[in-house]
Amino acid sequence: MFADYTMGELGAIFAMQGFAGLILFSVFVLMALGLAIIFGQMGVINMAHGEFMILGAYVTYITSNLFADYLPSLFSIYFFIAMILAFFVTAALGMLVEWSLIRHLYKRPLDTLLATWGLSLILQQIYRSVFGAREVGVTIPDWMMGSLPLTDLIEVPINGIFVMVLAISISVAVYFMMYRSSWGKQVRAVTQNRVMAGAVGINTERTDRLTFGIGCGVAGVAGSAFTMIGSTGPTAGQLYIVDTFLVVVFGGAASLLGTIASAFSISQAQSIMEFFLSGSMAKVLTLLTVVGILMLRPQGLFALKLRK
Amino acid sequence: MSDTPKKPSLSMEASRRSFLMGGTALAATLFAPKFLRAADYPTAAVNTTGLAVTDTDVTVGILHSVTGTMAISETGSVQAEKLAIEQINAQGGVLGRQIKFIQEDGASDWPTFAEKAKKLLVNDKVASVMGCWTSASRKAVLPVFEQYNGFLYYPTFYEGLEESPNVIYTGQEATQQIIAGIDWVTQTKGAKSFYLLGSDYIWPRTSNKIARKHIEKLGLKVVGEEYYPLGHTQFNSVINKIRLSKPDVIYAIVVGGSNVAFYKQLKAAGIDMTKEKPLLLTISVTEDEIRGIGGENIVGAYACMKYFQSLDNPNNVEFVKEFKKMWGDDMVIGDVTQAAYLGPWLWKAAVEKAGSFDVDKVREASPGIELTTAPEGYVKVHENHHLWSKTRVGHAKADGQYEVVFETAELVEPDPFPEGYQ
Amino acid sequence: MFAKDNKLFSTGDIVGFVVLAVLIFIVLPAGLDTFRLNLFGKYLTYAFVAIGLVLCWGAGGILSLGQGVFFGLGGYCMAMFLKLEASTPEATKIQSTPGIPDFMDWNQITALPMWWEPFNSLTFSLIAVVLVPVIFAFIIGVAMFRRRVGGVYFAIITQAIAAIMTILIIGQQGYTGGVNGITDLRTLLGWDIRTDEAKVILYFVNAVLLFVCLFVAQFIRKSKLGRILIAMRDQEDRVRFSGYDVANFKIFVFCAGAAFAAIGGAMFTLQVGFMSPSFVGIVPSIEMVIFCAVGGRLSILGAVYGALLVNLAKTTFSEMFPELWLLGLGALFIAVVLAFPNGLAGLYKDYVEPRLMALFKKKADDGGGRNFDSIKAPAE
Repeated sequence: MFADYTMGELGAIFAMQGFAGLILFSVFVLMALGLAIIFGQMGVINMAHGEFMILGAYVTYITSNLFADYLPSLFSIYFFIAMILAFFVTAALGMLVEWSLIRHLYKRPLDTLLATWGLSLILQQIYRSVFGAREVGVTIPDWMMGSLPLTDLIEVPINGIFVMVLAISISVAVYFMMYRSSWGKQVRAVTQNRVMAGAVGINTERTDRLTFGIGCGVAGVAGSAFTMIGSTGPTAGQLYIVDTFLVVVFGGAASLLGTIASAFSISQAQSIMEFFLSGSMAKVLTLLTVVGILMLRPQGLFALKLRK
Repeated sequence: MSDTPKKPSLSMEASRRSFLMGGTALAATLFAPKFLRAADYPTAAVNTTGLAVTDTDVTVGILHSVTGTMAISETGSVQAEKLAIEQINAQGGVLGRQIKFIQEDGASDWPTFAEKAKKLLVNDKVASVMGCWTSASRKAVLPVFEQYNGFLYYPTFYEGLEESPNVIYTGQEATQQIIAGIDWVTQTKGAKSFYLLGSDYIWPRTSNKIARKHIEKLGLKVVGEEYYPLGHTQFNSVINKIRLSKPDVIYAIVVGGSNVAFYKQLKAAGIDMTKEKPLLLTISVTEDEIRGIGGENIVGAYACMKYFQSLDNPNNVEFVKEFKKMWGDDMVIGDVTQAAYLGPWLWKAAVEKAGSFDVDKVREASPGIELTTAPEGYVKVHENHHLWSKTRVGHAKADGQYEVVFETAELVEPDPFPEGYQ
Repeated sequence: MFAKDNKLFSTGDIVGFVVLAVLIFIVLPAGLDTFRLNLFGKYLTYAFVAIGLVLCWGAGGILSLGQGVFFGLGGYCMAMFLKLEASTPEATKIQSTPGIPDFMDWNQITALPMWWEPFNSLTFSLIAVVLVPVIFAFIIGVAMFRRRVGGVYFAIITQAIAAIMTILIIGQQGYTGGVNGITDLRTLLGWDIRTDEAKVILYFVNAVLLFVCLFVAQFIRKSKLGRILIAMRDQEDRVRFSGYDVANFKIFVFCAGAAFAAIGGAMFTLQVGFMSPSFVGIVPSIEMVIFCAVGGRLSILGAVYGALLVNLAKTTFSEMFPELWLLGLGALFIAVVLAFPNGLAGLYKDYVEPRLMALFKKKADDGGGRNFDSIKAPAE
């Protein structure tokens, strides 16, 4: 398959393919970070994670329409405002859900799975009733949709760079929140021992609610960013759920670094295999490898050393 | 919201008046002589098999997904079928009987389709069913229709390889959609090499198989063929492969949510379809899908269909106007929506030709039925239960509409079991 | 108290089994037309899966989100046999290769693949229905439980397996029928399974098999094995330290659950007339867990009611409010989890049974199976 090409062309293709892998990596990181907080730190199996992402996407859609109607001059920068709004709207919904649903279930993690599955059905139906069953088209400002020619042959998509930058900044922000702020300490204390954390004066309820909210908020931002590369419809969230959980579990649930490492390895494996094999087979092989490794190393790549 | 008519309760008289007033000499001349009175067709005579037919009305079924992943696509079909039924009723119905419909949700789930089909046929005794969208849902209901002798109008363009006595296929089978399009792109655009891409299921695979055979018959080259799972959202790798193999034409049969991801990523990767290097030809993106993709992301692509909303003929102008009146001005109409609209009309024509609602008689009357009022122009039912129809190529514009750049001179004969393409 | 435990059936159990038997064998067939009865037959095939889940999840604490895989494998084995029978050279003479299933012909396969050949035999197919999923479950079980993968991890991994299976089946459409599945199944050894009489007979076959599975499940629960399972669920390490090989018990119960699911799948194929990958994926697998949760994850009888009720609700909601039924279904799940964690069986236990017992002027039997049922949901 490579015989007819010059070295320059091959180099360019491999560079772009490497870049495609990095974009996939960023997408995985964005998908998984919110869940890494919710599932990894709090142990809540949030099956509605995809629906929170889609909420972020719908917020972006509404914002883009508002800007197009009322502030067309600022349309080119609406996306940043949309992402901020997406964060707060999904975080607010997340906190509401935590208050009304999740907080009753901390002792029954498998039940959170069922309850959030029910929640995801309800959210899907609400999206369908409000926005219609069809996908909505989110208009992205022109400057974000082009590509950047690095050389004659290598072109990199701007939205890819955007997703990467976003993934890095959110990862850094989450890292600082979790490991460098007093809130992060509280979260980790509550995760490790709820009763003791309460006893030393941490408001565990508030911490839980905030953590869940922030996890959902990050999902919302991810959803907002994905309007650039994917579809926005009532059931689009379900496309992401398996990949997201696998990334988090593969990384070792309680480890943020693990999530990033696992997103990296899965995305690279998938992108390389997609290049040499057909798309469906690449997906099956990637999933099989991940499951295989998980069977050998059930705690994931990076695991907290905890006594069970 | 999307599925609620903007004017939900048009009374019969009002709607008839508005139809005639807003309407057209065309409707008046073509339909007026067809006013039939129920009294001339006693129920006992027109319904010998116990269908849901009374002296005043007849019940049909609408069976599409309004929930689940397929609701995105099937909503338009439901709307078109309801519009057709309302228009038929406004003109006096079928054999003087008003059409009532029972709508069931297939929920994007094949066994549910089978279950609901059975309910419609066995419990509700509907006289015919307008429904299904995916091949899988059709395959699931097919045995039910054959067993209980129901009659299905199936609107989607599909892979062919089927010819059931209990189905009228109002969409195109694969060869009707593919061959003329490939001929066009080789003749007018000088295309020599093709990259075939599709979602991983039977329709894209069968269509690409036919495309490949035809391309190879023409002495041209297929430089790549790829399938991605339904719902796949990452296409950067395949875009790189396309760059590497430098085809003249990307032949894309991606469906559903994957579509949006594919075209957005194609654009972001710097492949400008307006330059036509490579040219993109699709058979899966109708105006309906473009709403989700965004016109600006697919401008310059070519689609091969039998119907585009922009078709300039009086039937279509009227149809688009009525459709928007019923469902809202922001609606767009795609190929399948139009094909779904034909269902109730073809059924009415067949029933009135047969003078009976009995499925066997309707089936017998169906071949040869002509519809001069179809938005796509003139269509005719073939012996094999498919429609003769034209193949057209549209060029996507930034506003989400297609500009028709080519249509076959003659109606293309449906050939669900094409010799030499299997 | 332990002496009582050894009794296979407590009074309460007998009442429960009899009531269910009356419902399934008499009330439903008498009260419903063939169409509805066939629907209930379909719902009951899910009850097989739910019973298996009660054993795995309720008793063993292993939540599998991949039961659809076993349901599907069982169904596919059955469907392969039926499809071969339907694909006689006469019935398929319009194909370019007559005598092979239609979807193979569409995919340019010109000879029956080797691994399809054995499915010409009904005996082999019936054995395969149970054995293939069990072997598959065994492999998963050995790999996971030997390495002490459990709880949430197990759930997520089984979910991924469900996703892989779906993609695989869809991708290999020349051999599996792809998205469409294996459709248009007609006869079983010449007996037309599509007629109304056949549907009624299949319903009763299904019901009898269901009761066989219920008895087996009851036996497992009441045997020593069942008690070890519960002990394992609640304090796995203590069981291990007592010298039991925890993994083996888990593998066994997981395989048993897979076998039940597979039988359900095969009966589904027979009653519905086709099998498709839409039963193998994640969504149906989770729904199956929900049947079990609604019925009460600790009660095998509850699981049957749960499967019936949720599916009935699904059908009814979707017939009455086709565009809003998901809301009702979602709310049902949340309500069950929040308000009735032990599902229908819990409600029955708390409200109905005491009154029933009072009615029979018997002292409420707090031993036996009820003791099992009264254990609170596992806290993990």
